[in-house]
Amino acid sequence: MYGYNGKLLRINLREKTVKTEDLDLEKAKKYIGGRGLGTKILMEEVDPKVDPLSPENKLIFMTGPLTGTPTPTGGRYMAITKSPLTGTVACSNSGGHWGAELKYAGYDGIVFEEKADSPVYISIENDTVEVKDASELWGKTVSETTEALLEKSPEKSKVLTIGPAGEKLSKIAAIMNDKDRAAGRSGVGAVMGSKNLKAIVVRGTNKVNVYDSDKLKAVFSDSLKKIKENGVTGEGLPTYGTAVLVNIINENGVLPTNNFQKAQFDKADDISGETLAEKYLVKREACHRCPIGCGRYCKVDDIEGGGPEYETLWAFGSDCGVSDLKSVIKANYWCNELGLDTISAGATIAAAMELYEKGYVKDDELDGLSLEFGNGEAVVEWTKKMGRREGFGDKLAEGSYRLAEMYGVPELSMSVKKQELPAYDPRGIQGHGLQYATSNRGGCHVRGYMISPEILGEPEKLDRFSLEGKTEWAKTFQDITASIDSLGLCLFTSFALGAEDYGELYNAVCGTDYTGETILEAGERIWNLERIFNLRAGIDPKEDKLPKRLLKDPIPEGPSKGWTHKLDELLPKYYEARGWDKNGIPTEERLEKLGIDDEGLAEPACE
Amino acid sequence: MKIEVRLFATLRKGRGKKVYIEEDEGLTPKDIIDQLKIDEKDVSILLVNGRDGKLDTVLKDGDIVSLFPPVGGG
Repeated sequence: MYGYNGKLLRINLREKTVKTEDLDLEKAKKYIGGRGLGTKILMEEVDPKVDPLSPENKLIFMTGPLTGTPTPTGGRYMAITKSPLTGTVACSNSGGHWGAELKYAGYDGIVFEEKADSPVYISIENDTVEVKDASELWGKTVSETTEALLEKSPEKSKVLTIGPAGEKLSKIAAIMNDKDRAAGRSGVGAVMGSKNLKAIVVRGTNKVNVYDSDKLKAVFSDSLKKIKENGVTGEGLPTYGTAVLVNIINENGVLPTNNFQKAQFDKADDISGETLAEKYLVKREACHRCPIGCGRYCKVDDIEGGGPEYETLWAFGSDCGVSDLKSVIKANYWCNELGLDTISAGATIAAAMELYEKGYVKDDELDGLSLEFGNGEAVVEWTKKMGRREGFGDKLAEGSYRLAEMYGVPELSMSVKKQELPAYDPRGIQGHGLQYATSNRGGCHVRGYMISPEILGEPEKLDRFSLEGKTEWAKTFQDITASIDSLGLCLFTSFALGAEDYGELYNAVCGTDYTGETILEAGERIWNLERIFNLRAGIDPKEDKLPKRLLKDPIPEGPSKGWTHKLDELLPKYYEARGWDKNGIPTEERLEKLGIDDEGLAEPACE
Repeated sequence: MKIEVRLFATLRKGRGKKVYIEEDEGLTPKDIIDQLKIDEKDVSILLVNGRDGKLDTVLKDGDIVSLFPPVGGG
């Protein structure tokens, strides 16, 4: 067995039983692992129409075949389930060290079924897997839980946990690991909370076998060289982290400000990566086997911890009109402690601020706390209230779409499929906007990071306003990303590596015979599988859309002034490029070509 | 004419955040980079007034030139 351990844990939380199952290797290699294999298992075992927070939904943790192997960034895991935020398939991906540790314990993944009748945590030490009482951990923050579990676990154990937000079923709750790494998006933390599952602590001492270690050494050093020599992965990310994007996105006039009412923030430099490095950065942090080390660790007043990332600086910064970097760092800290997705949390406060500005939310709901754009201290307090569902924070915990819907104006939620959009205004980045509209987990930038060619010029610079060729670019980016995620590698490697490189790493570790072309094809297979899950869940293809503001209201000022998003022109071409019919349904021909026609998937039900 | 040059990330070292350059007609971003002693290969992204610029774009009075080294993220 190479790369894969060939073993899955299946834990029934109601019965408190633990089983070890053999992994179907043929299936694993077809869907690679992680995101692909996890989605395949979810499809087979869960009715896509299931209530995401019911015991019938399952929560799957899956590593990739390269997780825990000597490959650059080979340390990631994914949480796959049906999302309570979007109703689509959810797959949230995280780095840190927990994923590799699970692999060293001898497992490729864990499938959680049912719901425990009282809070539990799972303790894994190689072959010893136990379901333990977590009543004393319930209510504790992420760092408190992590420290409490590390104290009673073998040395070098790694902890994954939810915070109070997940316990209280916030639809934007994250799953946290290693204290400050997050499987952040789509409310996966709420699914974990709904199962009364507080944490998983794991310690493993096995090695993952490699098929051809000589070949891997050569492929590894080749890919490492590319990563080191690439300007982004070799210098940009290590020096400034993702935070460096604040200024560049702002200079292009696509930094969403005040809930996407504007696209340029006059105080962007105050919340930029440069200012962060100058004032608050303590050290860099790297995930498992990562030669890039983009993680930041910051200290402000009495608070210190991992982050903030670019997305967080934007969400709590310009999107809330906040230029006070100290407050942004504190809001990030509380998201990590309470277990909230920083993108959705910040963007939900931004939406609430616009609801207040326009008179929908009134002072009598707010217990005297300001909800005005620009108030950094209030943003920190709202974050805490959201994580604990206190006062108006109870409404915030539902995410921006449901919040705005409560006031009859869902269009003020800047979301796709009810998931908050990230930190790039698509009106000035046309390919990226297409990607937002078609992402299988709703508003998301890492399902196909078109910022890379449209803004950063990697692998080549595209005109960000042009529609030419953007459908094919978006499709290719989406497909390769699905494969990178599934392999267990970090998406950031793709600034330096291409499909062939991933194929070679995979082959050296697992003895497979993937090529660049088949890596892309596997990604396309995974993409279609996710699409079919969503169709069967009842997600109408008409939901492949953007908020009305981004389609109708031109950007009011700055370098992207006058632009709206041209989704109507791009979407039909995108469906065509995907080999789907004009309604956005995968055709039998395409599914057959991808080899997923024989699995009862050819006729996706969509009512 | 007067050009505002905005510098970011590592390009700020020893140069500051913002530089104003006053010149006669015909100035290009290439001239600016040379004046500021920036190695051309260290400029990964070049914007003129927030739009993609070229090294040989002839600048006008009041133009804003933004220069970035290779940066990325997500």
